Amino acid sequence: MVRFENVGLRYGLGPEVLRDLSFHIEGHSFQFLTGPSGAGKTSLLRMMFLSLKPTRGLISMFDEDTATLSKDGRATLRRRIGIVFQDFRLLDHLTTYENVALPLRVLGKEEAGYRAEVVELLQWVGLGERMSALPPVLSGGEKQRAAIARAVIARPQLLLADEPTGNVDPNLGQRLLRLFIELNKSGTSVVIATHDIALMDEYDARRLVLHEGRLHVYD
Amino acid sequence: MSTIEPAKIMAEPWDSGVQSPLRVLAPRAATPIVPSGSIAGRSLTAVVAILTFLAAVTAGAVTMLVGSASDWQSAVGREMTIQVRPVTGRDVEADVRAAIAAARGTAGVAEARALSKQDSEALVEPWLGSGLVLGELPIPRLIVVKLASGPTPDVAELRARLAAQVPSASLDDHRGWIDRMHAMADTAVAVGIAMLILVVAVTVLSVSFATRGAMATNRPIIEVLHYVGATDGFVASQFQRHFLVLGFKGGAIGGGVAGLLFGILAALNAWVAGTAGGDEAAALFGSLALGVTGYLVILALIVLMALATAYASRRTVNQTLENIE
Repeated sequence: MVRFENVGLRYGLGPEVLRDLSFHIEGHSFQFLTGPSGAGKTSLLRMMFLSLKPTRGLISMFDEDTATLSKDGRATLRRRIGIVFQDFRLLDHLTTYENVALPLRVLGKEEAGYRAEVVELLQWVGLGERMSALPPVLSGGEKQRAAIARAVIARPQLLLADEPTGNVDPNLGQRLLRLFIELNKSGTSVVIATHDIALMDEYDARRLVLHEGRLHVYD
Repeated sequence: MSTIEPAKIMAEPWDSGVQSPLRVLAPRAATPIVPSGSIAGRSLTAVVAILTFLAAVTAGAVTMLVGSASDWQSAVGREMTIQVRPVTGRDVEADVRAAIAAARGTAGVAEARALSKQDSEALVEPWLGSGLVLGELPIPRLIVVKLASGPTPDVAELRARLAAQVPSASLDDHRGWIDRMHAMADTAVAVGIAMLILVVAVTVLSVSFATRGAMATNRPIIEVLHYVGATDGFVASQFQRHFLVLGFKGGAIGGGVAGLLFGILAALNAWVAGTAGGDEAAALFGSLALGVTGYLVILALIVLMALATAYASRRTVNQTLENIE
């Protein structure tokens, strides 16, 4: 599904922040991406999400070389990936419901066709009563759940989550983890970037550890 | 290490027992992905309205001018004038009769009528004043030649016949005057088209600036759209929709006000018709009513402005999106 071969990344003329990354992410797999703050977890996620180009190496997503993709090709590929940002990236002028439905709207689907599905998912993540609320009035945990719902509504094959439990209490963090595990069980590959060791200890999964620009894989 | 065993994982909903929100979530119009408030809407609508108004007034004025010129031309073009100068040794009355006969003998001439001596004297009276004894002056005699509808008579042949039979006569087919009128009307149309090009150019530039500003303001929205898999075409359409509506609104306001202005002008024209001032204005400016063609031109301008606005925004959005990963 995702294949990195000798991938390196540098910003501008600075030193390589990520070096010789080579790993695979298989379909239906679950892994944590961890490492100290500033290790490059977000940069690695962004490369997987095609919003950052590597300075060297090969990245293949869904059997396509990302270097040769057109801009529209990247957009099409992104539809198979869901991403949860650390800062949520919700649109403040859209309601929670509309934020979650955004990927389906972008796909050109009619609202009548997806309304029930979105409502069901919002109820499932505990936002059933907050559907008409705008993001500025949501709590951190609610925003986090809305962002997760938006990432999974289009049933992506790969889910990338950047510190998804960073803004929530441990109890809520555990519930979010259950959600990711459930998604994984339904066939989505999941990559959770976190430095929350307690969270990782909750579930026995593959760990990709970034340290000093290199990746160490613990299956 | 693991405290959550996969077999025991149950994805229980958070809101068990919560009343289905489907009931409270009635279908409604979706909020625009790009908020209207983030586009410099009102000021840009005003700019488009003012520009459309100026273009519509110019186009209307040119349409009226061309219409009046055409009326004048057709009226003047249906007449010719033969001038018979008094020459020593020749009987001017006999020359006038010969010229009339020559004119009447030409195919395409409906009527040839000499102005009486009194009529000719009356024509020069405004310049020479009244009370003078004009009978002593060698005032030329004029023959008004009215043309029949249909093919134009052979002016060259009539001129040749006059030269042979009445050497003191000269034929004026008003060609020079009509040519100058043509040139004036063509110049007015050219000025109108130039104004229109300038107005469209200013609109495109204004909309381009506004679009750039709107895109900078909405950069986070564009990024999120890209993250959820939107193509550049989808993003562009979100902006273009706003600007197309804005262009139509601005164009309709500007064009509507211009149309109203011409309507009032036509009403005033009708109101003063028959009065001395009204007749003078009609003689000077021709008809002040715009006519169906003029209103259609204004309608076309509104559509043109909306399309120019949409085109400019789309072009700018596409250029800007090229630089956004």
